[in-house]
Formats: sequence, structure tokens, C-alpha cells
Amino acid sequence: MEVVVNGQIKQVVDGISVQELLDQFQIKPIRVAVERNREIVPRKQFSATPLAAGDQIEIVTFVGGG
Amino acid sequence: MDNNELKIGSYTLTSRLIVGTGKYASLELMRDCHAASGSNCVTVAVRRERLVDKTSGRNILDFIDPEKYILLPNTAGCFTAEEVVRVARLGREMLTDSGFRGADWVKLECLGDTRTLLPEPVGTLQALKTLVTDGFQVLVYCSDDVMLCKRLQDEGAAAIMPAGSPIGSGQGVLNPNAIRIILEQLKEKNPDYPVIVDAGVGTASDVSLAMELGVDGVLLNTAIAGAKVPLQMAKAMGLATQSGRLAFEAGRIPRKLYATASSPWEGRINA
Repeated sequence: MEVVVNGQIKQVVDGISVQELLDQFQIKPIRVAVERNREIVPRKQFSATPLAAGDQIEIVTFVGGG
Repeated sequence: MDNNELKIGSYTLTSRLIVGTGKYASLELMRDCHAASGSNCVTVAVRRERLVDKTSGRNILDFIDPEKYILLPNTAGCFTAEEVVRVARLGREMLTDSGFRGADWVKLECLGDTRTLLPEPVGTLQALKTLVTDGFQVLVYCSDDVMLCKRLQDEGAAAIMPAGSPIGSGQGVLNPNAIRIILEQLKEKNPDYPVIVDAGVGTASDVSLAMELGVDGVLLNTAIAGAKVPLQMAKAMGLATQSGRLAFEAGRIPRKLYATASSPWEGRINA
């Protein structure tokens, strides 16, 4: 199925969880926050949150800034 | 009392200098500059994680010691109240159960345009109201307009942070009298209310001047990261923050047009 991750269309396995999506991109969950369709997914819920086709996912982290 | 200590909301900083984390040539240099500045509070921005080409898994938080530093997430780069609130919540989420302090506060930055990077007052006020309702302690980057600052204080800002001059411009504090008026009026209600000059600092004397006006702290980034020798500038900024505060508390002499002799007139050999 198709989902949009950080503005890019990505093909993922049907029913993939947020945690599995992060694993696929080799992203450590402790360093990011995730939004699914504008709703924050708490880190504790990453494994228990499956994605649906067409979901808009944002994965953000901290970067240098002032 | 330790004159370097600064209380903002529920946080106590051991230095009156808050430093940014952007524009450093390397994360190692950033870490070393933070240490040299003497600050224990650093601000970080929220951006999309890269999905490819992640530079060997290095994350900025791996270069900030959670025991030593309090993180201050910011909403840099936001242009509407909606974006500010969204980014603030993402920052809070990232810091929750992360081992770092700083989840429940935020530096609110709502910009007007990319050319001036000046704060947009209406969006700033709207975002503040939502974030306060949401339980955030909000440090508000704003212009040096006393009426706006008073309003932000009334709406529950934990600190107000007027710009000395545009972000990254290095022009220093362009309107010291505006800062003086803000200090007088905001501290009438609460003498301990934190007022911090954020943005525009170019060199150590800019920091000293701001601190001598009586502001509670200074937030800066480019002045260190963009200096020829950032490590040395970081140290200079830390010292300027301290010396400026000391001078403010000591109380400067009044300016006079004519001279006043330091040595006695009596007993001169030619008298």
C-alpha cells in the first residue's frame, strides 16, 4: 500500500506498524516524534499503531537551531 | 544570591546565557562551544527526519549531555499559530520519556517573513494562548514593543524574549530604550519576571550592554557559531553575560557632561 512519509510517497507492506516503518528507515524511536494524519502517535504506541493506505506520516527529530 | 542563576517557570538555569545549536561546522564543535559558554540551557529546532543518507546515525542529542543541559525546544521556521502549536507538541513528544529535561516548555517563534525573520505579533499571541491552555511554559520571541510584551505577559508567557535586532544580523541591541521601558513595565507587576534579549547579538559587548540594561538573560546562536573562532567567542559570551549582570547589579554611575576629578584637589604641591 501507499503512504506519504515526510511528504514522499512510499510503498509499504499492508498493515505495517509505526515501529516497523521506523525500522525500515533505520530510525531510532527514542530520537523522533511521529504524527499520523496530524495526530501525534505516542512513542509507547508505535508498535500498536498500524498504518492504513493513504496515511500521511510525519517523522521529525531535533536539529540545530537558535 | 548567585547572580548567574536564572529562574524561568519551573526551571532554574545556572547561567543567564541560553545558546543555540545551529550553524556549527560540526557537532563536536557545537558541544565544545556549549561547554565554553558556561550555559546549561540549549535550544533545538524540530525538522523532518531524513529517510535516506542519514549521516551514520548521528543525532544532535548525542552531543548534548542530558545531565548537564536543559533542552529548550523551539518553533523556529513557523509562520502561523497553527504551525507553532503543531511543532511545539512534536517537540514535547520527542522529549517525553527521553532522558532529557525540557518537555514542558518551548520557545515560541512565529515569523512574519523570510527576509526580516521578525516576529509576527498576531500569530504569536494566538499561539501563546493555545500553548498556555495546553500546559506549556512558553518563552515568547517577540518584537521590542512594550504594549505587545505586556499583553504576552498577561496571557501567561513564562518569559518574554524581545529581539535586540533581526535574527543573525549581528546588529546588537538597536533600541536600548525600548528594552528599558519593557523592563520597567513588566517588572512592575513581578520584579522576577524574566525578560531575555533573543536575537541580533554580534559580539560580547552587545551581550554586556543587554545585561547592563537589566535583562535577565540573553539567547544567541549565530554570534558564536559564525565567529572566526567559535570556541573563543563562546567563552567571551559567557564572560560578557556574567560581567554585564554584575555591572547591572552594582549600579553604574550617572553620565555627566563635565569631568569629576578622581584625585583630591587639596595638597597639590603647586596650590
